[in-house]
Amino acid sequence: MAAPAASLSAPAARRRARVGERPPGEPRRVAYLYILPGLAVFVAFVLLPLIHAGWISLFRWDGITPGEWVAFENYKAVFTDPDLRSAFAHALVLLIFYAGLPIVIGLLLAAAMSRAPVRGLAAFRTILFLPQVIALVVVAVMWRMIYAPDGGLINGTLEKIGLGALAQDWLGSFTLALPAVGLIGTWVMYGLAMVLFTAGVQKIPQSLYDAARVDGAGPVREFFAVTLPGLRAEIAVALTLTTIAALRNFDLVYITTRGGPGGSTSVPAYVVYDKAFKSGEVGGASAVGVCLAAAIFVLAFAINKFAERGAR
Amino acid sequence: MTVRREQYFTYLLLGVFSLIALVPIVGIIFTALQQQGSLSSFGQPDGLHFGNFADAWREGNFASYLKSSAIVVVAVVAFSTVFSIMAGYAFGMMRFRGSSVLFYVLLLGLMVPLEAFIVPLYYDLRDLNLTDTYWALIWPQVGVSTAFGTFWMRAFFSSVPRSLVEAARLDGSSSWHTLWRVVLPLGRPAVLTMVVLIFMWTWNEFLLALVMVSDEGLRTAPLGLAFFQGRNTTDFALLAAGAVIVATPVVLVYVFLQRHFIRGMLTGAVKG
Repeated sequence: MAAPAASLSAPAARRRARVGERPPGEPRRVAYLYILPGLAVFVAFVLLPLIHAGWISLFRWDGITPGEWVAFENYKAVFTDPDLRSAFAHALVLLIFYAGLPIVIGLLLAAAMSRAPVRGLAAFRTILFLPQVIALVVVAVMWRMIYAPDGGLINGTLEKIGLGALAQDWLGSFTLALPAVGLIGTWVMYGLAMVLFTAGVQKIPQSLYDAARVDGAGPVREFFAVTLPGLRAEIAVALTLTTIAALRNFDLVYITTRGGPGGSTSVPAYVVYDKAFKSGEVGGASAVGVCLAAAIFVLAFAINKFAERGAR
Repeated sequence: MTVRREQYFTYLLLGVFSLIALVPIVGIIFTALQQQGSLSSFGQPDGLHFGNFADAWREGNFASYLKSSAIVVVAVVAFSTVFSIMAGYAFGMMRFRGSSVLFYVLLLGLMVPLEAFIVPLYYDLRDLNLTDTYWALIWPQVGVSTAFGTFWMRAFFSSVPRSLVEAARLDGSSSWHTLWRVVLPLGRPAVLTMVVLIFMWTWNEFLLALVMVSDEGLRTAPLGLAFFQGRNTTDFALLAAGAVIVATPVVLVYVFLQRHFIRGMLTGAVKG
């Protein structure tokens, strides 16, 4: 949402300038004074550290003794080191759970709603959005109890219905831990997609559906011809928010698995912390952080481009 | 399918997914109320042991954690709100050289993850002797929140009719006076939305506190909960009570101001 809004206003500002309408207020230089406090804090505590991260990432540094210049060695490691590669691969798997599943669930609801409008959405919206506002640390503590091998909700339920044989240590399994963490992300995110898409589907003109029905479109054709294109903007917002959340996923992994067992749930955000503050590879950690930021920028930009192209 | 049937299907979907959203939340509240020492979570209710909250509060040292969180949240919200209103006013209502470049620099802060600059931030703040102080938790979050807040308030200020500001100027009102007395009173809903979002993000922040703070007296609520879990792995009831204590302030505000949360997060927030 951010980028399109910003790019829309730039031409508007130019248009005003052409007309010659003077902006109100005092001499324009006072604007810098208004911006100064916020910008100063932003530069000092966000921008400069970010640039510093780029610089540190070019060294092999343990955080104590002087670093050794290694140029792009740390970045090469991101693409060649098996542990780092698997951390980024895990982030891609988590994208399916954080972004893919919630959007599919949201679209399913949107498709149903487009066929039959319903009342009382406000109450559902309150509940569906609730997971978004709970601290991720609390969410992680909650789900550890659900997944707990002894006394957890899942294993307890399985035993009660006579499927005790299926009970296991969900977060301790090499194959199941990553999907188990991913499903927590799905739980946090699907309500957001549902709330977004239910709002979006109500804005699609009924005439488009009537036209599709006159043409003899069934529910499936109707979904692909009307609902899905009509939700393009909302899908872009949901994709942006869920993708960023998936890639930034630190709190959940730290509390539930600490990247284990055997690195099977290690993700870039966790690797940054672990390398910098546990194993003393500060340069390597910075390189991973920079790559993570770059991945987020590229994906967010691509998603916005995709949304704009469709809007034309 | 008839319309009636399709409506039922829609309600079924809404109902099932609302239930899935609620089960873990209701479950942890039940767990927090069960007998201490119980080895199962989400178990069968065995009475309502409200004393668990008092015990968790004492054993988990949550009074101290909540105090730290409150200090950090109040400072971050206060600084970010004032800075964002000022910067948003300049970007939304004034024309000056470099405004778009400066604005794009700030927009960067909407998307850049803390994970990307937490490492140098730690070493920079350590050199300034700021680690293990509240300032190490406050200033970085003011920086990130102001980026969002400026973006948010700029949208409000660009929507204000120019005639209003022109009139104030003709009356001899200074730009400072115009901002706080003439324009901002119209923007209360926008400011409130911004305040609740910054409150939530700051309250829930974990990584920054984990890295910057080693003194127990400075631990914020989520960090305190993480340590409480580390010390207390067997007793589900106390841990659940601690988790409920940490989540409650934001959930309470959400119950009363949910429109602001939903609108803010869906329309303005690219921030994670």
